[in-house]
Amino acid sequence: MKVSSSNFKSNARQALDDKQLQSALNHVRNNFISKRSKARLDLPEFDALRDNARAIKDHTLEHLDFYLEHYERKVVESGGKVHWAADAVEARGIIMDICRKTNAKTVTKGKSMISEEISLNEFLAANSIIPVETDLGEYIIQLRGENPSHIIAPAVHLNIDQVRDEFRKAHTHLSPNRPMNEPETLLGEAREILRGKFLTAELGITGANFLVAETGSSLIVTNEGNGDLTQILPRVHVVLASIDKIVPTLEDLAQITRVLARSATGQEITVYSTLSTGPRRKEDEDGPEEYHVVLLDNGRSSMLGTEFSEMLRCIRCGACMNHCPVYQAVGGHAYGWVYPGPMGAVLTPSLIGVDKAGHLPNASTFCGRCEAVCPMRIPLPKMMRSWREREFEQHLVPPAHRKNLALWAWLAKHRRLYRLTTGLAARILAIRGGLSKRINKLPMAEGWTKHRILPAPEGATFMKLYRRRLRKGR
Amino acid sequence: MSKIDKKGPSSKVALFVTCLVDLFRPTVGFASIKLLEDAGCQVHVPVRQTCCGQPAWNSGSRKDTRDIAKQVITIFEKYEYVVAPSGSCAGMLKVHYQELFRDIPEWDSRAERFASKVFELTSFLTEVLGVTNVKAKLNSRVTYHDSCAGLRELNISDQPRKLLKSVDGLSLHEMNDSEACCGFGGTFAVKYSEISNFIVTEKTENIERTEPDLLLAGDLGCLLNIAGKLKYQGSKIEVRHVAEVLANMCEGKPIAGRD
Repeated sequence: MKVSSSNFKSNARQALDDKQLQSALNHVRNNFISKRSKARLDLPEFDALRDNARAIKDHTLEHLDFYLEHYERKVVESGGKVHWAADAVEARGIIMDICRKTNAKTVTKGKSMISEEISLNEFLAANSIIPVETDLGEYIIQLRGENPSHIIAPAVHLNIDQVRDEFRKAHTHLSPNRPMNEPETLLGEAREILRGKFLTAELGITGANFLVAETGSSLIVTNEGNGDLTQILPRVHVVLASIDKIVPTLEDLAQITRVLARSATGQEITVYSTLSTGPRRKEDEDGPEEYHVVLLDNGRSSMLGTEFSEMLRCIRCGACMNHCPVYQAVGGHAYGWVYPGPMGAVLTPSLIGVDKAGHLPNASTFCGRCEAVCPMRIPLPKMMRSWREREFEQHLVPPAHRKNLALWAWLAKHRRLYRLTTGLAARILAIRGGLSKRINKLPMAEGWTKHRILPAPEGATFMKLYRRRLRKGR
Repeated sequence: MSKIDKKGPSSKVALFVTCLVDLFRPTVGFASIKLLEDAGCQVHVPVRQTCCGQPAWNSGSRKDTRDIAKQVITIFEKYEYVVAPSGSCAGMLKVHYQELFRDIPEWDSRAERFASKVFELTSFLTEVLGVTNVKAKLNSRVTYHDSCAGLRELNISDQPRKLLKSVDGLSLHEMNDSEACCGFGGTFAVKYSEISNFIVTEKTENIERTEPDLLLAGDLGCLLNIAGKLKYQGSKIEVRHVAEVLANMCEGKPIAGRD
């Protein structure tokens, strides 16, 4: 995927001006938050489960090598194969190899953010293999040539009219006058088309919500059942997952999934939770003949042991972005790469470099709501601040900001000059505010006064008035 | 939040004024002093104080932040309590200083000890001093905005509301999403002004729908932002810091004046 994170500001401006996007984002602003809140209240032990989930992942990350190797052994025992990919190029190469050996022409796909991370669809298409997204949201944005704008609701930036238009354009074998008013009708139409693809595809690629070391299984959670058809019907099933998806046991998996759906959609559990372990066994009625797992690192192992390692606890529920005032304002595309919102603001600089994604950790008010709702209790604001520190150390901060900050910090350390400056500033601004107590325009602060007035100070500083009061003996 | 031993009156309290109160709204400082003195405290205002260092901390300059934090700790650690009329600054002193010095021997323990003395004003009044009533009167329909740092770092939510309910004549009406950010975020408001504008507009819409006479909050950053937007939109709603109301000090003009 092309990276446009460095254009965050102009992306954001466009998003704010986009009336259609703004109306679509109301879904995030209204539904996700109230549903999670209700799900949490309905489960008294929710917060205790979060603590357990965090402990499970912390333990796993401390022994990541052990659990990954154990997982590989179990996959092999069940007749599958694990392929280790250090980066996107290796992962694509491995998948291409498997496609060639399978003689695959059509590849069905379950929803996978790792697939976005390695730009798999573009790559497959360039190699004359047709990738077919089977998650409804992913299917819609694939038709539109777009990327997901949310990690669990990839088409949340669209409304029904746009979907209808897209289907009319794409499904030309159907009557242009067919009724398409109800969401169910559109869903039925997509299902009809996808059924055919499920049956023709030679290879199916799914992501994984979790990989279980104990059994060598992968778990996908979906609400559409498309993932099941993707991994059961084709001759070859490829699981594409990153190394941080591993959990030790099925019991651990059960614990973490209890907080996953509740945090994501407010469901107690998703409609489908499907484990797959190796290829079809003799006694199985269905399933793939071959089972491959492509395990992607892509920079994650280098996060271990740094101030960003806790990010690897993330289970991709999307609660942080749903509750983020910045995400709610601009949507996911403005973030300019695969992962938007607070989790993206931390993860994106780790994966593609802070030089390219420096805006993201800065575009936060530090309101802390992301951390407050994160089921894995990831300290997202703290890590965004760590990125800001790295940027400051590496001189990636604009020189003017740096200079202003240095001047202010110097003053804050020199009390007398600080008093002189603040006293003067209070007086000048108060005069400028006049009787109305409002400043409509202020040089150097256009960012503020373009959208608001600046309330004028009362007059003298507190310190000055307080000293005066002390002198008068109160 | 940890349990706090209830201390009797005449506790020695140092007021951390905060740089925004010092510069923009001295009334909040005097209101804080009055509230603390009325509750029986001896209030000191160390004259060497400047700022808590948050602008440097949030801009990624750890060295400047440490220098300023050391200065604050050195000035304030001798007092029994340190109280600030701001959840944001109190959070900086109480929560972030500990993080800042975690790997520096001597300072890590000093920061930890210091943290145990620091309180946001309404939390100190209710939880440490056990204040349940204030002697104040204001005939006004009021709504209260929860500032993010106070709410999520220090659990400030019920404390100001409890005290406000004891104000004679005041009626408190909750707005929608009172816990949502106002979009201030320090330099965020200037660096990402369009996004900040979107967020504060949502906030002022929620405030307007509640039809209050007066908006209150416990943090001057949020208040300057919200008042600035309300007045830009021509709203008649007045804006004050919660301490002004609790201390019965509403004679002066509200933040951004009055229409």
